[in-house]
Amino acid sequence: MRKTLFATLILFILPFAVAAVEPDEILDDPVLEARARDISQDLRCVVCQNENIDSSNAGVARDLRLLVRERLIAGDTNQQALDFIQARYGDYVLLKPPFQPSTYALWLAPGVFLLFGIGVCILVLSRARTRRPNEALSDSEESAVAELLAQENRSDP
Amino acid sequence: MIPEIGQFALALALMIAVVQSILPILGAAHGNLLWMRSARASSVAQFVFIGIAFLALMRSFIVSDFTVVNVVENSHSLKPMLYKVAGTWGSHEGSLLLWVLILATFGAGVALLGSNIPDALKARTLSVQAWISTGFLSFLILTSNPFERVFPPPLDGNDLNPLLQDVGLAMHPPLLYFGYVGFSIVFSFAVAALIEGRVDAAWARWVRPWTLAAWMSLTAGIALGSWWAYYELGWGGWWFWDPVENVSFMPWLLGTALLHSAIVTEKRDAFKSWTILLAILTFSLSLLGTFIVRSGLLTSVHAFAVDPERGLYILGLLGVSIGGSLGLYAWRAPAMEGGGLFAPISREAGLLVNNLLLGAATGTVLFGTLYPLFMEAVVGTKISVGPPFFNAAFIPMMLPLVVVMGFGPFLSWKRADLKGIFQRLRFVAVLAGLSGLAVWYLTEGGPVLAYLSVAIAVWLLLATLREWTTRIRLFEVPFGDAMRRARNMPRSSHGMTLAHAGLAVAMLGFIGSSAWKSEEIVFVQPGAEIAIAGFDVRFDGVERVQGPNYVADRGTLTVTRDEEPVTILFPERRFYPVAQSSTTESAIRSTLAGDLYASLAEPASEDTAASGAWTLRILYEPLVNFIWIGAAMLVLGGGLSLSDRRLRVGVPRRAITPAAQATPAE
Amino acid sequence: MTRILATLPILIALMVGGFFLWGLNPDRDPNAIPSVLISQQVPEFDLAPVAGVNIPGLARADLTGNPGPVVVNVFASWCVPCRAEHAVLTRMVERNSVRLMGINYKDKPEDALAWLDELGNPYERIGSDLNGRAGIEWGISGVPETFIVSGAGTVLYRYVGPVVGPEAEAEFSTALAEARAAKAPRT
Repeated sequence: MRKTLFATLILFILPFAVAAVEPDEILDDPVLEARARDISQDLRCVVCQNENIDSSNAGVARDLRLLVRERLIAGDTNQQALDFIQARYGDYVLLKPPFQPSTYALWLAPGVFLLFGIGVCILVLSRARTRRPNEALSDSEESAVAELLAQENRSDP
Repeated sequence: MIPEIGQFALALALMIAVVQSILPILGAAHGNLLWMRSARASSVAQFVFIGIAFLALMRSFIVSDFTVVNVVENSHSLKPMLYKVAGTWGSHEGSLLLWVLILATFGAGVALLGSNIPDALKARTLSVQAWISTGFLSFLILTSNPFERVFPPPLDGNDLNPLLQDVGLAMHPPLLYFGYVGFSIVFSFAVAALIEGRVDAAWARWVRPWTLAAWMSLTAGIALGSWWAYYELGWGGWWFWDPVENVSFMPWLLGTALLHSAIVTEKRDAFKSWTILLAILTFSLSLLGTFIVRSGLLTSVHAFAVDPERGLYILGLLGVSIGGSLGLYAWRAPAMEGGGLFAPISREAGLLVNNLLLGAATGTVLFGTLYPLFMEAVVGTKISVGPPFFNAAFIPMMLPLVVVMGFGPFLSWKRADLKGIFQRLRFVAVLAGLSGLAVWYLTEGGPVLAYLSVAIAVWLLLATLREWTTRIRLFEVPFGDAMRRARNMPRSSHGMTLAHAGLAVAMLGFIGSSAWKSEEIVFVQPGAEIAIAGFDVRFDGVERVQGPNYVADRGTLTVTRDEEPVTILFPERRFYPVAQSSTTESAIRSTLAGDLYASLAEPASEDTAASGAWTLRILYEPLVNFIWIGAAMLVLGGGLSLSDRRLRVGVPRRAITPAAQATPAE
Repeated sequence: MTRILATLPILIALMVGGFFLWGLNPDRDPNAIPSVLISQQVPEFDLAPVAGVNIPGLARADLTGNPGPVVVNVFASWCVPCRAEHAVLTRMVERNSVRLMGINYKDKPEDALAWLDELGNPYERIGSDLNGRAGIEWGISGVPETFIVSGAGTVLYRYVGPVVGPEAEAEFSTALAEARAAKAPRT
C-alpha cells in the first residue's frame, strides 16, 4: 500500500526511486552510523505517508539521510542535527514532537489520564469499602439467598 | 444479471433492517411477543440477503466480469484465483460489504444461538443491531455501490495492488473485520441494557462469549497484519504506530479491558456501568477506525481512496450511534450503581487496575493519533506524532500492567491475602530478576529498558505457570490427581493461563526483535560474503524469473554457519506490469531463536544492474517468531475459554434476578 | 459525582466529533505541509550556472535588494509536470512581466540544456542544484515548487506542485498581485 499510494506522487516528485538506506550512505564509523540511524528514525519523510526517512525510498529522504551524516561528521550532536533539519522543514519532520507549549497537552496527557484513572479507582475503592457495613445479611436474607441458590441448582442440570 | 441480483438483495436487506429496527423494540416495549420474536427471522433474512450480495460480488471477481467497475479497478484476468476472491474485499466498496455481512452474521448468530436470552433483551439487542445495519447498508447503497456497471466494459482490469496479493493479507481484512465489527453485538447488548435499565450477572454472561469471539478474531487479525508487514514490506518491522494500525489496536486494548471487567460484572455483580461504557466505547473505536480509514482525515499508508463526502456520511453515522449511545449512557448509567463489595486488595481491585491501565493506554494512543488534527485545528500548525512518542508513552504503562498480571490470578475475590501471594511468588520474582541479569551478561549493549522488560516478561510467564500449578496442586498431590484436577477445572481458567502466558511470550518477541536486531546493508558483486549474527551469507547472483502475473529478479544467497550449510535463500523483487508497481519478497529462514531475513533492493542504476551487483539488506531478528506464537496462544486461550461449557449452556435463568433485587443489598 | 462522570464520555465524544467535522472541510488538504520559510528571509545558498546555459547562476544575494517581487521556481527536466508548468511560467514572464528565477534541481546539465532548448528559457537566472542541498535549504519536498520572494528577500508565498490549471493559476496570480501591492522594498 505504501507504494501505490504515493505512486501518483512519485511521478512528479521522485528523481529516481532508490532503496532506503543504501550502502554508499553508510559511514565507516559504526558509532556515528548508529547515531545517524537513530536520528533518521525520528525524522519524517516529507513526501511519504507517515514514514521515517530511514525506511523511505524517496529521493528527498535520501538527501536528508546524507545531510544528517554530514552534520554528524562535522561534529554536531544528535540534537543539533535534528535542529538543523527542523529549521528547514519545521516541527512537521520531527516524529517525536518537541516539548513546547503547543505540545504540553500531548506529552502530559498520558500522565493526566493515569492520574484521572487513579482518582476514579480510589473513588470506586472507597465506595466499595464504605458499603462494607451492609455486607452482612440478616438471617431472613440469608435464608432467602439459600433458597434461591437451591432453586438455581435444581433448574441447572 | 448476477450483479443486479446482488444489488437487489442489498436493497431487500436494507428494508428488512428498517423493519427490524422498529418492530422488535416496539414489541419489547408493549410486551408483544410476536413482534419481539420477529427479530429472529429478520436477522437471519438480513444475513441471507447480504450473503447473496456478497457472493454475487465474489462471483463477479471470480469470473472477471469487467462490466462491474469495482472488478475493473481491483482485478485482472491473469490474477491467481485466491487473489481474485480476495479482491472482493480489496476495495472500499467490497470491504464495506464485508463489514455489513459480518454485522449481519453477529445479528443472526445471536438470533439463532441465543435461545437462553430473554425475549425482551434479545429483541432490543437485535433492533439496535439493525439500527447500525440500516446506517451502514444505506451508506453502502447510496455512496459506495459495489455493483456499479461500466459500459463499454474494458478488455481487462487494473489489477489489485500487488502488495495485497499475499495469502496473509488476503485473510487479514476478514479476521480484522470479524473482530471489530463483532464488537457491534456487544454494543447492541449494552444499549439494550441501558434501554431496559438493567444489568446483572446474567447479562454479563450472555455478552462474554460474543466479546470473546470478537476479541480473538481481532487479535488474530492484528497479528496477521503485523506478520504481513514484517515479511512483505522488506525492512523487518512489525509495528509502525501508523494511524490506521492504531485504530485497530485501540478496540483491541479496550476490548481486552471489557473482557476483564465483564468477568467482575458476571461474578460479582460490580463494575456494571463501567462494563456498559467499555462495551459502547470499544465499538465506538471500531467505528472511529472505519471513519478514519475511509475519510482521508489523517494521512496514513493504509487508507482507502479518500472521499470527504463519504467521510461526512460516516461521521453522521458515528454521531448518531456514538452520540446516541453515550447520551443514553449519561442518562441511564448513574442509576445502575451498586453490587459488589470488595477490599483494596482483591481480585476486583486487581481487575480495576487492569482496566485503569488499559483505559489510560487507549486514551494515550487515541490522543496521540488525533493530536496532529487538534493542533492543526486550534493552532494551525502541523506536527507529527510518531513511533518515538507512542513508545515513550505506551511502554511505561504496559510494564506495570504486566507486573500486576502476574499477581492478578492469585488474588481471591472480595479480599485477598497479599502476604501469602508474595510468599508463593518470591521464588518466581528471584528467577525473573536473575533472567534479566543473565540476558544482560550474555548480550552486548541494549537499552536498560530491554533487560527490565525481559525480567518482567519472564515474571509474567513464570507467575502464570506457578498459578496454574498451584491451582491443580501439582507437586503437592500425586501427579495423577493433579491431572484429574486439571481436567476438572473449567476450560476458561486454562484459557486464561494460556492467554497470559501468550502475552509473556509475545513480549519476549517484541523485546528480542527490537533490542537485539542486527542489520547489514551492503552493495555486493556475486561471490561476495557477508557475516551477520554468526552466519556467513554468500551472494550468488540474481536471475530473472517469470511468475503468473509478474516478472521477478530472484537472488540466490547461500547461508552457512561454521562452514556447515544452513540454507539457501531466494529473495525477490517482483514487477507487476499491469499494476505498474513492484514489491519486495523477502526470503526468511525462520527458527525459534530468530529469523535470518534477506531482501533485495532495487539496483541503484541501469549500469550497476548490468554489472550484476545488487544492494542486499540482511537482518537477524532474534526471537521475532515469539510474537506470533504468543499471539496464537492468546487466540487459542480465548478459544479455550469460549469452548467452556458454562458459557454455552446453563446460563443462569434471569427469573431469579427480580427476587434477588428484592433483597435490600443497599 | 456519578452523573458528572457519566456525562463525561459524551462531552469528549462531541468535542472530538467537532474536530472531525472541521477536518472534513474540503478545502483542507491533510497532505499539505506548511513551509517554515514564509515571512522569513531567503535561505543562504549559492548555485553555479547550469553548464552550457548562458545565463548566470543563482545565489541568495540575487534575491535581496530587487525593486519588486520575484518568482523562484524549482524545476528539473526529469519532472513530468514541470513540462506543463513551463508553458504557464513562460506566459507569466511574457504577459505579466514576472521576473522568474530557476533552481534546476538534481538534474544533469546536458538534460537541462536540451530541455530548455526544446521548450525555451523564460528564466532570468538559473542555479544548478546538483546535489539537492539548496533544495533542502528551501525546504522543498518535491519538484516543482514555486516561491514568491519580496524585493527585499522575504519569502512571501510557496506553491507545492505544478502551477497548472485555472484554480492553481488564479491562486498564484492573487498571491503575486498581493506581493506587488505590498509597500516598496523595505531595507
